[in-house]
Amino acid sequence: MVINAATTDKDLAWMRRQAEGFEVALQVRDDLALIAVQGPHAREKVHQVLGGGESEAAAALDPFSLAELDGMAVARTGYTGEDGYEVMLPAAGAVDFWRKLLAAGVAPCGLGARDTLRLEAGMNLYGADMDETVTPLESGLAWTVAFEPAERDFLGRAALERQKAEGVQRKLVGLVLEDRGVLRNHQIVRVAGEPAGEITSGSFSPTLGRAIALARVPADTGETVEVEVRGRPLRAKVVKPPFVRHGKALI
Amino acid sequence: MSNIPQELRYTETHEWIRLEEDGTLTVGITDHAQHLLGDIVFVELPEEGEECAAGDDVAVVESVKAASDVYAPVTGEIAAINTRLTDTPELINQDPYGEGWIFRVKPMDPEDYDALMDADAYQELISEDNE
Repeated sequence: MVINAATTDKDLAWMRRQAEGFEVALQVRDDLALIAVQGPHAREKVHQVLGGGESEAAAALDPFSLAELDGMAVARTGYTGEDGYEVMLPAAGAVDFWRKLLAAGVAPCGLGARDTLRLEAGMNLYGADMDETVTPLESGLAWTVAFEPAERDFLGRAALERQKAEGVQRKLVGLVLEDRGVLRNHQIVRVAGEPAGEITSGSFSPTLGRAIALARVPADTGETVEVEVRGRPLRAKVVKPPFVRHGKALI
Repeated sequence: MSNIPQELRYTETHEWIRLEEDGTLTVGITDHAQHLLGDIVFVELPEEGEECAAGDDVAVVESVKAASDVYAPVTGEIAAINTRLTDTPELINQDPYGEGWIFRVKPMDPEDYDALMDADAYQELISEDNE
């Protein structure tokens, strides 16, 4: 499991509590590092650095699958909506691997870039688009929950079944600002003129050249809303994320 | 090191002011300010003819990181606005003292200009910020 760096202690404590009474061992791998290499040339660059049989094993990977190589694991996954790898390797070798990637022409990028990329890709950020007060069903993540087989119980199943039976009241949608401006976290979303929802993640999309956001709104919200931006209501179109994939606009 | 042209005047809120030959004042935000904001993506301009009091927020400059108000340095009337910023807000990042000017104000009292901070005082102000 690769868990959120901001909630590590809390998550580990919770997992340990759940594991009590089961024959489960939890091993924290803080001896490992994770380096994400993303973009249209990312895989090629990583193959160059890995070389030999390891690069062949990586090259054979389908999206969302993982190969365990000698002392490292390479997953064709990421948080950017681009092709590429997340490479898990011993922390002691991370600096060396990073330097080899630099030498192969890979440019480092920071969290600002990561945030606009993941938002363009319609990917949730924990603490913003989802937290302990909302369920996956209200966060655009129903597809990640395996309700089948029906006889399989899991932690939270009862709560989710109840919510489904009562009707899920809210949904997470994408917004594209039609007027010019910037969308920001916590701005109020108005439906039919009344405050009804909130932006969970807002920013300016470098690829689209306009402001985009994820927002939690009533489940029956239609195709347009207004967002209160510094006291004025601006028009926004409701879209189904992702906004961008592999650098191309989808909306 | 921030660029702070000697011939301009400044405010504590990081505007620069240039006295034009016709007595109007051209106003923008400083190199220090544009650097802190990052890539500017949207500018909300005042209206020409609008009256303003010193300290009024008359424009807004937005980057991905933050929205920043731009204040009128003196009391007067907005004489001109830089409409190029509508389609090319990045001019403020690229040329904050030139093409990135934001508006021009006709001061009610021309002497208000003399009271504005000079380049050395502004330099000191931002050095304190950096400590």
